[in-house]
Amino acid sequence: MTTHITRRSLLGLAGAGAGAALLGACGNDDGGSADGKATIEWWHISNTDPMLSVWAELANAYMAQHPDVKINITPLENQAFKSKLTTVTQSGKAPSLFSSWGGGVLKQQVEAGLVKDISGAMPGFIENISPVPLKYYQVDGKQYALPFDNGMVGFWYNKDLFAKAGIAAPPQTWGEFLEVVRKLKASGTIPIALGGKEKWPAHFYFSYLVLRIGGADALEAANAAKDFRRPEIIQAGQRLKELVDLEPFQPGFLGATYPNPDGQAALVGNGKAAMELMGQWAPSTQAAYSTDQKGQGDKIAFFPFPAVEGGAGKITDVFGGGNGFAIGHDAPEQTVDFLKFLLSLESQRKGAATNSIIPVAKGAEEALTDANQKLVAKTVSEATGFQLYLDQAWAPAIGEQINASVTELIAGKASPEQVAESITNAAKR
Amino acid sequence: MPRSVSHPTGTQRPPSARGVPATARPGVGKQSAPRPRSRGRSRARLRTVFRDRGWPTIVVFLAPALLLFCLVVLGPIVLAAYTSLFKWNGFGGLPTDFIGLDNYRRMLADEIFLGDLWRGFILVVLSLGVQLPIALALALLLNQKIRFRAVYRVMFFAPYVLSEVITAVLFTMVLSPEVGLANEVLRAVGMDNLAAEWLSDPDTVLYAVFVVITWKYFGFYMILFLAARQGIPAELIEAASVDGADSWRVFRHVTLPLLGPTIRIAIFLSIIGTIQLFDAVWVLTGGGPVNASETMAITMFQYGFRRFEVGYGTAISMAMFIISLVFALLYQRFVLRRDMEGAITVAKGRS
Repeated sequence: MTTHITRRSLLGLAGAGAGAALLGACGNDDGGSADGKATIEWWHISNTDPMLSVWAELANAYMAQHPDVKINITPLENQAFKSKLTTVTQSGKAPSLFSSWGGGVLKQQVEAGLVKDISGAMPGFIENISPVPLKYYQVDGKQYALPFDNGMVGFWYNKDLFAKAGIAAPPQTWGEFLEVVRKLKASGTIPIALGGKEKWPAHFYFSYLVLRIGGADALEAANAAKDFRRPEIIQAGQRLKELVDLEPFQPGFLGATYPNPDGQAALVGNGKAAMELMGQWAPSTQAAYSTDQKGQGDKIAFFPFPAVEGGAGKITDVFGGGNGFAIGHDAPEQTVDFLKFLLSLESQRKGAATNSIIPVAKGAEEALTDANQKLVAKTVSEATGFQLYLDQAWAPAIGEQINASVTELIAGKASPEQVAESITNAAKR
Repeated sequence: MPRSVSHPTGTQRPPSARGVPATARPGVGKQSAPRPRSRGRSRARLRTVFRDRGWPTIVVFLAPALLLFCLVVLGPIVLAAYTSLFKWNGFGGLPTDFIGLDNYRRMLADEIFLGDLWRGFILVVLSLGVQLPIALALALLLNQKIRFRAVYRVMFFAPYVLSEVITAVLFTMVLSPEVGLANEVLRAVGMDNLAAEWLSDPDTVLYAVFVVITWKYFGFYMILFLAARQGIPAELIEAASVDGADSWRVFRHVTLPLLGPTIRIAIFLSIIGTIQLFDAVWVLTGGGPVNASETMAITMFQYGFRRFEVGYGTAISMAMFIISLVFALLYQRFVLRRDMEGAITVAKGRS
């Protein structure tokens, strides 16, 4: 009997041991260097061409020059990237190199010790990068990430549809803008395409209105005071409501996405809607999701968000931001060098030549061939004030609340006062 | 489950057989079944097992399963319960900012969360009132000898095989306001005024979501019911007919009671599924417009993965867990008990 039990016990123990070993094996996949190569895990969100191929080419070029480095690229869709990164970082890990927009999220990542301080590697290099976007990738004066592109939000409009509605020139003021919307509607065109399901395209309107009414510092001031119940914020809500009351958006805009074949970008790309308020990537996204994959080409032009009559802000104040890369805390040391390579003048020119990024390396903007992108690059570099995207500049809890509240306003489910109230609640939390 | 094997009066007995003779006669209600088994005997038997084999054997054989259970089931639950007491953005390490039950207080004042409960309730009522009856009707229909019934069975079951995400992507196209099939068809047959912005109108979106979920899951319940219906011996139906029961009475007093266990399980699965609804709604609407189709799972995701308020997000997940658990326990105790007699272990010292 005794031997019987022992044998069984041993079997059981062996089974448990095997199970434990199996479980252990599952967790053992960090980017080690088993074959003597440093592995750079690179997650980025340029999941469509042309940048998808540009990044791949640059990585291949770097690997050819540096045989000791292996680069694994994981291209992810924007929201999928955020979800996946959150899951991974909760365990205290981070990819070697990953997309970042600086601001509040980067700050949280720094506080959690997930990203590497690269200030030491910057002298002699950073002078070549445009200073405006750079500061959004700094936390407490230290550099934790670098931008590769910096753009802005403005109206992308279809010149033919404007002409058809009898509009001679793009509007300069909010009053003129509302008039343009009325004319476009009268001409039977959808004035504005909006992807309301995703919420962030809606927050552009609100943010710009606050900047135009309260001045370039109005948003940061409200956030610093953790109080959004301010006149300029409530007025911005009221102005936005004026626009919403004209019913300028496509039918079903509350359920529409930004990409997808029936989303915001596609509506403009297919010539069904006259304009959209979007960042510098708008024309290439319009083309990518349009039925013929070509978009509206030369018919698309750019004008900055109009000034509001009597507001403190200028039409040259810019709301925007860009993309960058942060380096994970346990990344191989070659990662910094690789990032510098990605931001070299030559690499940046390659990106700029596709007209899908506004480069930050000084001199690379000359490689832009598209007149609109040149105009955006010029407007950004001459900006009188700059505000980073709110859902990036601030803690996600506030940024997401702004997106949600503005969408409620646009859906007619919340008043400007309620919007100010709920954003304040989120900021105080 | 060694117990059910060791117990000859356990699961092998068809659970519904005892009520049969009575229910075959119209007008006679259900009899309360006699309880043939004494729980004391089974406990005595368990003691014998322990004495014969000895603790070491039991421990060794239980250990691997217990270890896995603790690691992948209990561990996360305990961790979630712990995390829900903190204000935590989810980055690195364990949370430190202890706030007690504040997350739960906030939840009970959160309009979105309370709305989730209400929307969940509507979906449960619709599922039980519409989805299951449709599935039952189809199952009975496809049990008849009709031509091509095998084809119909496969066809109706097919949507269940698709993943929820694919279903949702399909229906975003079907329900798209401008180019969607639904509105095109409505316009083509001249019912323009019925064409709607299904997924972008806060007033219709929940029902649109329900239709999609029904489309996906009715086939599953249909197959369940069909299998149960085929398990009913033809003699019973014949006997009832010979006794003069018309088809309605046969259905009401023979078929329906004998389908009882399956229906009760279907209701259980349906409600638990509704409480945890996520994939389809997330892809269809993301919970919008303006939270009009948001479920608890979506609110949890929004807070956990979008706003990085992981502490509050886990509090919501705990609420989901508690609601599911309480419902499951109560339902098993009061509804499923007679179906499961002998198959589950019950609290000691009762009856």
